Amino acid sequence: MSGRRKAPLRKRSCLFAALFLVLLVLSGCHGSAAREEFSVPAELDASRKFDITFWAKNDTNVRQTEIYKDAAARFEKAYPNIHVNIRLYTNYGDIYNDVITNIATSTTPNVCITYPDHVATYLTGDNTVVPLDSLIEDKNYGLGGSRVAFKSVKRDEIVPQFLDECTIGQNIYALPFMRSTEACYVNKTYVEKLGYELPDILTWDFIWEVSEAAMKKDEDGKFVINGQNVMIPFIYKSTDNMMIQMLRQKGYGYSEESGKISMFNDDTAQLLKTVAEHGKTKAFSTFKISSYPGNFLNAGQCIFAVDSTAGATWMGSKAPLMDISADKVVDFETAVKMVPQFDTSAPRMISQGPSVCVFNKDDPQEVLASWLFAQFLLTDEVQTDYSETEGYVPVTTAARNTAQYQDYLSREGEDDNEHYDIKIKASRLLLDNVQYTFVTPVFNGSASLRDAAGELIENCVKSVRRKQTVDDEYIKKLYADVISLYRLDSIGESSEGKRDLGPMPAAAKVLLGSLAAVWVCILLANLCKLLKKHAS
Amino acid sequence: MKKKVLAVVMAAGLSMAMAACTSQQPAEVAAPTEAATAPETTETSEPTEAPAEPTEAPTEAEEPVAEPEAEVMTYADYVAAEVDDPVVVEAYVQANQSWWDGKITVYAQDKDGAYFIYNMACDSQEEADKLTKGTKIRVNGFKAEWSGEIEIADATYEIVDGDTYVAEPVDVTDLLGKDELIDKQNQLVSFKDMTVVSVAYKNDTPGDDIYVKLSKDDAEYDFCLEYYLNGSDQEFYDLVGGLKAGDVVDVEGFLYWYEGVNTHITAVTVK
Repeated sequence: MSGRRKAPLRKRSCLFAALFLVLLVLSGCHGSAAREEFSVPAELDASRKFDITFWAKNDTNVRQTEIYKDAAARFEKAYPNIHVNIRLYTNYGDIYNDVITNIATSTTPNVCITYPDHVATYLTGDNTVVPLDSLIEDKNYGLGGSRVAFKSVKRDEIVPQFLDECTIGQNIYALPFMRSTEACYVNKTYVEKLGYELPDILTWDFIWEVSEAAMKKDEDGKFVINGQNVMIPFIYKSTDNMMIQMLRQKGYGYSEESGKISMFNDDTAQLLKTVAEHGKTKAFSTFKISSYPGNFLNAGQCIFAVDSTAGATWMGSKAPLMDISADKVVDFETAVKMVPQFDTSAPRMISQGPSVCVFNKDDPQEVLASWLFAQFLLTDEVQTDYSETEGYVPVTTAARNTAQYQDYLSREGEDDNEHYDIKIKASRLLLDNVQYTFVTPVFNGSASLRDAAGELIENCVKSVRRKQTVDDEYIKKLYADVISLYRLDSIGESSEGKRDLGPMPAAAKVLLGSLAAVWVCILLANLCKLLKKHAS
Repeated sequence: MKKKVLAVVMAAGLSMAMAACTSQQPAEVAAPTEAATAPETTETSEPTEAPAEPTEAPTEAEEPVAEPEAEVMTYADYVAAEVDDPVVVEAYVQANQSWWDGKITVYAQDKDGAYFIYNMACDSQEEADKLTKGTKIRVNGFKAEWSGEIEIADATYEIVDGDTYVAEPVDVTDLLGKDELIDKQNQLVSFKDMTVVSVAYKNDTPGDDIYVKLSKDDAEYDFCLEYYLNGSDQEFYDLVGGLKAGDVVDVEGFLYWYEGVNTHITAVTVK
């Protein structure tokens, strides 16, 4: 029972967070207790004891929790006056909800695993999150600083692209901790059994075609390809990523740095109609509708399972982590491929994975202690150990170049645990294709937009399964509903600075009228004075 | 004199302008009173959980819902319905998971069978509080399947006045390992003389689900203390979390399914 996964995001959506975001935005201008901007102390006070909290996210992987605990213990050896309390989560959504709740009560953690999208929301509070620029550059306690009590990574040893992903506006608000992408885990055996050859780079057309071919049933109603009653050829775990990557690959609009949203248009509608077409035949489904892609893949009930590379240890018939019973597992050859593309000559895939931010506190010494722990998470041992638990890659070149990590990569497939071939192949997928990765613009509300992108696909697929028609009229209404649900209209307006506040109240009209009258009187008085002076 | 009048007009204008900046009604800024739980006294104490009761339920995107006029199905009709078909059933609430985000997950049952109603639309905690054990509800939704669990999704409901019904647990110990067990899916059931194999907290720390593995006749079965169902009952949570390998227990719970039987336990008696 070491790794049974449940569906926390299925259970609890982030709608509450969307609501709270609006409340934060509305209350942000009025009366929230502003915290002073952080400035780096000249020295860490070694005579004081610090208790800091670290909210960490793991992938329901016990090894990862052990690494967090081990990292805290080793950090405490270097800094005996700093104690790290770890609180563990298994999904980003729960951390996000808890952080924004605790911003209101000034009980945020000190250090927190996060997505940059989420940091953008946290920044709604005054000086809530510490900009890391001055800390990073500090010659004593910064990256590679002379007074850091462990082998601190230098700034230029962090992969620049990953550090850039943590920049919001003009400041760096997080350090990258791990990076992953999405992979398509393919039952190659079934693809070939269906008469197809697996290409190097998958295309959407290929996946749709093979998926529909796999839906053929025999006279007993069983699927020909697997002889079972169940077959969902194509399952996507994170439909927000699916939508975002499709849009990027096509060069269609999604959002801009300014916060302008450009997803709700005819281009997106075309993509949705195609997805709905295959949802209708049930050749395509999603995690929210059916369950984890890996469960179906391993049972021989799915051919193309798209999930994070950070979920690689759950994928394949020899996967070390498994939710289905052994008697349900089907033996097949697994291929790890890039997510499907529209243009194989210019592939695009999302860059994701945990980053770590530092929350501001009244005591700069406490913040400095927190920062030291945050940068400890970038040390070689933490980076290599953690990245080896799943299909992650270290965010520092220093860790990547260690003998330990190179040895790890070279031993792909030596066993079905630490060196499980699918896991290492998933890591290599990102290592070898980092130039094709992208991230979406980060702004206050970008997390809600991401949820909305997934909601479009989920609703279309659910609707066609329920014999509804996904046409222009349906999509028009869907856009309106989703925009309203995630309050995207207010996000877009506030970001663009042109918010429709409705008709002006009568009191305001009177006020402005009187102000205008006052100015007219002043001008007239001055004019009269000038004329009198001129006449005399 | 003219200057005095002008000064008075200007002062009035300015004071009105200043008043306009400062006299906004607090009610216009939605204060997260319910959402923000009491501040902790120290930075290192337990974090404030995301609240269970936001001030208002967010507007839900309109899901396609079954026609309310549709005829109420028997349990047999419900079983016969295909996944994704619209369904209308009447049943009695037996338990629910905590209300959240305008939704509530309900375990319902009648004399013929049971229903797991996932994320049913429910406007407020106040409305959720009316869904007491035994309350009869009419549910409109869609039949769905998630990892083997047959459930009603995207549902709405109304309370039906009249009789009430509280299910007694059905002893299904003898059905363990048999195909017929799934016929009792979602019902309140009991298992006798089970032996504890292992107990594990999700995330390795208390505060979330507890996964329990029990054995009978050399076969092992998964059980779960679903935190949103009964995690707030600290005595019960501690009892389950404190079970030791080798303990012999009688267990009651709802016969949930996740890639196989995965009962959501509601009562444990250590023998």
